[in-house]
Amino acid sequence: MKTSRLRAAALSTTAVVVATVALAGCGSSNDDASGKGTVTITVEGWRPGDQQATIDYVKQQAAAFHKLHPDITVVPKEWQWNAQTFPAQLAGGTLPISFRVPFTDTKGLVERHQVADVDKEIRALPYFDELNPNVLAAAEGTDGKVYGLPSDVYANALHYNRQLFAEAGLDPDQPPTTWDEVRADAKAIHDKTGQAGFGEMTKSNTGGWILTTLTYAMGGRVESEDGKTATLDNPGTEQALQLLHDMRWQDQSISANNSYDWAGVNQAFAAGKLGMFVSGSDVYNALVTTDKIDPKEYGLAAIPLTDSADAGALGGGSVNVVSAKATPAQAKAAVEWADFFRVKKYTDQDAAVADAKAQTASKQPVGTPTFPIFDQASYTNYQTWIKDYVNVPLDQMKGYTDSMFSLKLISEPPVQTQGVYGVLDPVVQKVLSDKDADIPSLLQEANQKAQQLLDQG
Amino acid sequence: MVQFEAPAGPQPGRRRPTFPATTDAERSDDRSVMARQGRWATWWRGGGPVTVAFLVPMLLAFGLFSWWPIVRTAVMAFQQTNLVEPAHWVGFANFRHVLTDPLLPTALRNTAIFAGLAFLFGYPIPLLLAIAMSDLRRMRGLFAVLAYLPVVVPPAVAVLLWQFFYDASGGGVFNTVLGWFGLGPVPWLVSSHWVLPSLVLEATWAAAGGTVIIYLAALTTVPKELYDAAQVDGAGIWRKLVHVTLPHLRTIMLVTLILQIIGTAQVFLEPYLFTDGGPDNASLTVLLLIYNYAFGSTTGGGDYGDATALSLLLAVGLAVLSWVYFRLTRSWSDS
Repeated sequence: MKTSRLRAAALSTTAVVVATVALAGCGSSNDDASGKGTVTITVEGWRPGDQQATIDYVKQQAAAFHKLHPDITVVPKEWQWNAQTFPAQLAGGTLPISFRVPFTDTKGLVERHQVADVDKEIRALPYFDELNPNVLAAAEGTDGKVYGLPSDVYANALHYNRQLFAEAGLDPDQPPTTWDEVRADAKAIHDKTGQAGFGEMTKSNTGGWILTTLTYAMGGRVESEDGKTATLDNPGTEQALQLLHDMRWQDQSISANNSYDWAGVNQAFAAGKLGMFVSGSDVYNALVTTDKIDPKEYGLAAIPLTDSADAGALGGGSVNVVSAKATPAQAKAAVEWADFFRVKKYTDQDAAVADAKAQTASKQPVGTPTFPIFDQASYTNYQTWIKDYVNVPLDQMKGYTDSMFSLKLISEPPVQTQGVYGVLDPVVQKVLSDKDADIPSLLQEANQKAQQLLDQG
Repeated sequence: MVQFEAPAGPQPGRRRPTFPATTDAERSDDRSVMARQGRWATWWRGGGPVTVAFLVPMLLAFGLFSWWPIVRTAVMAFQQTNLVEPAHWVGFANFRHVLTDPLLPTALRNTAIFAGLAFLFGYPIPLLLAIAMSDLRRMRGLFAVLAYLPVVVPPAVAVLLWQFFYDASGGGVFNTVLGWFGLGPVPWLVSSHWVLPSLVLEATWAAAGGTVIIYLAALTTVPKELYDAAQVDGAGIWRKLVHVTLPHLRTIMLVTLILQIIGTAQVFLEPYLFTDGGPDNASLTVLLLIYNYAFGSTTGGGDYGDATALSLLLAVGLAVLSWVYFRLTRSWSDS
């Protein structure tokens, strides 16, 4: 009796396990098998933790798109770019067909053939020739083909805490416009308030990202234009590191505790522990939704540029790419969706207003300065269309918005972007943790490593 | 070595299938078939299917989630793949690449220093704590709970907590305490000299509790009479420890040591969460390098072949180390 019951239990457990395994095997069905002449695509919809209003908005847009394109069904999914989970999702077939990737990661995915070639589809878009060439460069592979549609573009800028500026006796409406002023203001903030005057990202490749931003601002480049030669040991990078070194060791305006990644520096800034830091011009959105910054304390200024003719602001953003596993029909549909959902609002008033309305309803920041994906005229038009819905303190962002159109936007290093940033991370860390760091030899060493990466292609 | 041998003779309470004698059956085919059928029937009645049925889920689970990934790792180490197109074979190219990576010596050195420091500080502490606790007459349970608590704290939470302790400015918890004695401030996690000792300190705090419990359990097996006899012979606390306690614990100590060596050779969580390998790669460990190959901090990621090649090298290295360790300590562990 006991044995038969045991036997039954064991056999049923086996049956369950076998059935589960079999079902798991069936899980990766083909999204394309949705009937004759029609195509279904899964798309990046909303981020984990987004409010219901945002989810509803994306679903409404998917339905509206289906009306315009009855042969395409769009299934939005909760998704957010994550370099760690991406390979498993790609291999397991759970990646959306259409999704966004930061500028920094696009080239790596292209090199590894992990995104589809949509060159023909993107070039067929009516506004293709009007796309800002510097912005489009981020979506291009080394073969010159276009692998996605850029959106959500920003220029790296200087963010500052108005409260700390006031406490240090500085004018919050006069943010620094030269690096000497940045240094002097940072020192004043540290001396008068005890907080760090300047924060510098150092971890997870963000150290290299911001050092490259400073390099560009000082007229340097970390790679040759063709991406074949590493130029990390250029005077601009050296000058930038020397500035960081002096702020850390002479002025103490960079804290001994300075060890941040993107999220960490946002958190410290929102908590009032940093006078200034450099990050994307649209980081205000994250500061509000994630770090609950007091809007009154926030100030945004353009990144100071030296007199060098090559000085400019490093630009970033997202590229709407298509999964390498998409069928040609799905790839075409995905580009149409990206156009409809992400870019059209800059060329279509109704789309712009609907988007701003939905964001206001879900208490998201509306009107945070980005960077024109086309030209000044289209950007100004867009800002006019959404004027009634703007809920960010634009007055406190004049330091950036007043000069953004004259700002020279420079694309990220074209080859091995993340790899080169990764090589620069330890250099920034060394300069901020070792008073006697030998900057020229550190850069020479880093340049050799970067060259090895570039030689691999 | 302790040998477990089945006692001779019938074992009460244990059902074993009894097979019919086959010597007669071999003389004729008919009888042989009958005997085979008989064996099947006996196997069936004797609980054979239950054994297999119990085994199948375990085999499937281990096979799918443990052995198959190990096999795939070994295969992928010789391939280049982007997980979309079919992988192609590249021979030993991945191994050549990781072995010539200038970051590998850094990672190996850091891992060795971490393991060495953990051996120096992390290994004796749980043992001493357990011995001290076992001598307590009261509240032994309370102290065991206190020692074990850090193990219960989720590692990511513990790291967040310790980041406050390790605040390098004068306002951090540790630096404030050091400041009372006119010391510091120490640049804990932001200095290439201090970062590894800092990580070892946190790792020891986080892991010691588990080992303390193992030692406490082992200490209960030491016969009380031995301590009494030693006391009669005039032995003090130190001599009782050296001549009674430690010899009884040595088998357990050998096991905990190899577990610690393997664990520290694979240290990932602390450098990943605290410093991401910094500053200036001073806390880059082998496992973090493997992670970076695949998922991208330092190298740009996507090198699944390199990641699996280095994983395989590490696994083989640890297997050889464990084998040598057990060979060398075989005589010592015999009780």
